Amino acid sequence: MKHLVISALLALFIAGCSSTPDTGAEQSGAPVEGRDGVRTVTAGGVGSSQLPAILTDPKSILSKRSVYFDYDSFEIKPEFKDLVAAHAKFLNENRQFRVLVQGNTDERGSREYNIALGQKRADAVKKTLTLLGVREDQVESVSLGEEKPSCVDQSEACWAKNRRSDILYNGEF
Amino acid sequence: MTRSSFLRRRMLAALALAVSSLAGTSAAYAQLSIEVTGAGANRIPVTIADFGGDPGMSRAVTSVIRSDLERSGLFKLVEQAQPGLTEASSIDFNAARSRGADAIAAGSVANSPDGRPEARFRLFDTNKQAQLAGAAFVTGAPQLRAAGHRIADVIYEKLIGEPGIFSTRIAYVVKAGINRFELQIADADGQNAQAALISKEPIISPAWSPNGAQLAYVSFENKKPVIYVHSLATGKRTVAANFKGSNSAPAWSPDGRKLAVVLTKDGGSQLFTLNADGSGVARLTSSGSIDTEPQFSPDGQFIYFTSDRGGSPQIYRVPVSGGAAQRVTFEGTYNVTPRLSPDGKAMAFITRGNGGFRLAVMDLASKQVQVLTDSFKDESPTFAPNGRMILIATEIGGRGVLSAVSIDGRIKQRLSVAAGDVREPAWAPYQR
Repeated sequence: MKHLVISALLALFIAGCSSTPDTGAEQSGAPVEGRDGVRTVTAGGVGSSQLPAILTDPKSILSKRSVYFDYDSFEIKPEFKDLVAAHAKFLNENRQFRVLVQGNTDERGSREYNIALGQKRADAVKKTLTLLGVREDQVESVSLGEEKPSCVDQSEACWAKNRRSDILYNGEF
Repeated sequence: MTRSSFLRRRMLAALALAVSSLAGTSAAYAQLSIEVTGAGANRIPVTIADFGGDPGMSRAVTSVIRSDLERSGLFKLVEQAQPGLTEASSIDFNAARSRGADAIAAGSVANSPDGRPEARFRLFDTNKQAQLAGAAFVTGAPQLRAAGHRIADVIYEKLIGEPGIFSTRIAYVVKAGINRFELQIADADGQNAQAALISKEPIISPAWSPNGAQLAYVSFENKKPVIYVHSLATGKRTVAANFKGSNSAPAWSPDGRKLAVVLTKDGGSQLFTLNADGSGVARLTSSGSIDTEPQFSPDGQFIYFTSDRGGSPQIYRVPVSGGAAQRVTFEGTYNVTPRLSPDGKAMAFITRGNGGFRLAVMDLASKQVQVLTDSFKDESPTFAPNGRMILIATEIGGRGVLSAVSIDGRIKQRLSVAAGDVREPAWAPYQR
C-alpha cells in the first residue's frame, strides 16, 4: 500500500515537473542534471507513471488495490468483491496488462508458514480474477508472508492491516 | 564417540561432592545450587593461565579461550595459582588443585620461523598430573582469534568428550532499517561479522550447504520469493528456483546435491526436490493443503515438514523416495519448523502454547517433548553442529535477538546487534 502511495506521489511530482518546460532555445544544450551533478536513480518498483490514469486516479475504484482478510481466513469478504470484479473487468478489456497479486500475513508464527498462508490470500484473489475471465497468464499470485508489513505495532488493529493481498500492475513490480 | 574418562571421573567427583554437601554446611549447599542456575549443572573448574610471549597477542588469545569456555556454560574459570606459566613450564599441580582446578591449560604466542604468529599450548589433568593435550596453531595476525577458538575446541573436546563448536560460524539476517536487509556471516561468538548480501528487500531462510561453502536462501529482491544459492568465497549467486508463484524454504540434502523446496507453481504450497543448480524438479507431496518447511533427516531417508492437512499446522515426515506421510507431533494446535539434530535422534521445533511461540525438543525414539523456553516469539531453530546447543530467533523488548539454548534448556546465551533486528539464524556445519 505504502509503495503505491509513494509511486502515485512520485508520478504526480514527475508530471508536475514536466509541465514547466519553459526554457529558451539558447539553453537547450545544457543537460538538466549538469548543474548540481544530481542524477535521479529510479529504484525498482517505481514505474506507475506509465499506467493509464484509470488505474491511479484516486476517484477510480481501480486505484484501490488492497483486499483485507479476517484472522486465519482466506475468503474474500463481500465488501471487496466489487473491487476485485472491477480489476477483472479492466484486465479482460486490456489483455496486454498483467498483475502480480502479493499475499501478506500478520507477524505471528513461523515466517515460512506465513509465506504459505499469504499465498492462500493471493491465490484467493487470483482465483476470483480468473473465474471472472482473466487469463491465467495475466495474473501471478505470490506471497510476501510477514516480511513486508504495512503496519508494525503489535496490536490487532495493526495486524488486520497486514492480513491483505495487494494487486500490482506491470510497471509497479 | 565415547565420553572422555575425564568427564566420567568428574561426574563421580560431583556425586561425591553432592553427597558430602548434603551432610555438610548449608553454605556449601547454597553454593552448589547457585552453580546450577543459568549454566550447566556440573561445570568443570579449569584454569586458563595467561599465555606467555608477545603481550598483546597473548592477551588476545587467552581472552578468546576464556570467553569461549565460559560462554559454553560447561566450565568454571579458576584463577591461576602460579604466575608466568607457559607450555614449557613445570606445573605445580598441588597449587592448581588447591585453587579447585581440575584441569589447567598454559601456553604462549610467538612468531614462528616464517614470521607468522604461532600459538602453542598444553592441557593437563591436575588430579592425574598428566598431559591431556598439546597443540600448536600457526595463523596470520588477524586470525589470532581463530587460534584461540581452535585451542578452546581442543580443551572442550578433551574435557567434555565431544567436539567443540567455537571455530564454527553462523549466518543470520539483520534488518538495519525499513529498506536494508543484510545476510551476515559471523564467528560462533558473534565476532568478525561480514555481510554476504545486502538488499533493499527481505531475506529469509538461509540454509548452509553440508560443506559450509554455500548458502541457499529466499530473497524478495524481485518483489516475490525466489531461491538463490550463494557461494560465500566468490559471492557468485545462482537462481535455484524462480517459478511462477512463490519459491521458498530451501533445505539441503545431506550429500549437498539436492534441495527440498516449496513451490506454488502447480497451485498451493507443495514440496519439491531439485538439483542445487535448479535442474531436475520433482514433486514430493500432493496434498491440497499447505506443505512447507522441509528438512532432510541426517541419514537422508526422510523429509520432515510442516502441514495443515490435519486442520492445524503439525509436523509430518515422508520418505525421500515418496510415499505416505506420517504425523510426528500430536500435542497442541501449532507445531512448526522441524529441525533435526545432527545425530538424527532429536527434533527441535516451535510450538504455540500459553499465548507464546516457544522452542521445544522431541526425542524421536520416545516421542517425549520438552519445552525449553518461556518466550513469546521464538522462531527458526538451528542446531549447533555438535548438537548441544540450539540457536533461535526471539524478541526481547520489541527487538529481534538470537538466543542459544542448550538442549537441556539450562544454558542460555544471547546475541544481539546494537542497531537493528537480528533474525533467521543458521548454524554452519563443521568445515570439511
